[in-house]
Amino acid sequence: MTNRITPETTDAELVQRAKAGELDAFEMLTTRHEQRVYSLAMRMLRQEQDAEDVTQQTFLSALENLDGFRGEASFSTWLLRIASHAALKVIRKRKGLETVSLEAETEASEHSDSIPHPEFIADWQQSPEQLVQRREIQRLLDEALSRLDEKHRLVFLLRDVEGLSIRETAEALDLSEANVKVRLLRARLQLREQLTQTLGDPATQLTRPRHREH
Amino acid sequence: MKCEELLTMLNEYVDGTVDPAICDEFEKHLAGCNPCQVVVDNIRKTITLYKAGQPYELPIKFRERLHDALREKWKETHKSK
Repeated sequence: MTNRITPETTDAELVQRAKAGELDAFEMLTTRHEQRVYSLAMRMLRQEQDAEDVTQQTFLSALENLDGFRGEASFSTWLLRIASHAALKVIRKRKGLETVSLEAETEASEHSDSIPHPEFIADWQQSPEQLVQRREIQRLLDEALSRLDEKHRLVFLLRDVEGLSIRETAEALDLSEANVKVRLLRARLQLREQLTQTLGDPATQLTRPRHREH
Repeated sequence: MKCEELLTMLNEYVDGTVDPAICDEFEKHLAGCNPCQVVVDNIRKTITLYKAGQPYELPIKFRERLHDALREKWKETHKSK
C-alpha cells in the first residue's frame, strides 16, 4: 500500500500515515512546518533559545498527542495553536504572572481598549515590492511588531502573516471571533502608525480631520 | 459615514468581508476623504509587507537536535504500542 512520500503528499495523508506508525511521515510533517512554527516563536519571543524551546515543545507535543488529533482543523493550524499557547506561557513567565486563561485576561483589559486613532497619516514613499528589497526592512518590521502587546501581536501573526481565517484564529487561541477582530484591528492600526512614521513621505503628511461627516 | 465609523469597520473592508451596502457607504466616504484613503492604503501595504516578510531559518544545529529529539520520543511512544 505504501506510496512513496513526495512533496505532493498532503498533510492529511501524512498525518494518517504517522498515526499508523510511519516515522518518516511525521518527520516530513515536521520538515514542512518547522520554519513556520519557529518564525512565529521568534516573532513572539524575540529570543533564539526561547524560540527553539517552544518549537521543540510544539513538535514533541504534536507527536505525543497525534492520536487525539482528529483532523477537524488543519494540521498546521493545530501546530500553530500549540505553539501560540507555548509562546504565551513563556511571555507570562517572563512577566512573572500565573497562567491565566486568555479569555479572563481579555475581559479585564478589553473594556478599556479603544481603537487607536491614526495620528501620522502620509503616503509611503515606496511600494511594498520596493521595500522588501531593502535589507533593513525586516528589522523595521520586527521592531514594530515587538512594540505591540503580545495579545495583539499574536492575532496579527496568525491572521495576517500565517493566513488563518478569523474563525481559525479564534479557535487556535480560544477566543471569540469578536475578540479576534478587535485585537486584529488594534494590531493593524498600531503597526500602520509605526511603519508610516518611518516609511511615510513627510511631504505628503496629512492632518487628521476632526469629527467631519462625509 | 464619519471617519470614526469607518475606522471600526476597517478590518472588514480591507479583508473584503463587508456587507455590500456598507461597502458602498464606505467607498462614498473614501471618495471624499483623503486621510481615510491614505490610512486604508497604509494598512493594505502594512499587511502586504508583513506577508512578504522572510521566515526565520532554523539554526542548523537546532534542526538536528529537534529531529533527534523527535526520533527519540517516537521510539519511546511506539515501544509500548
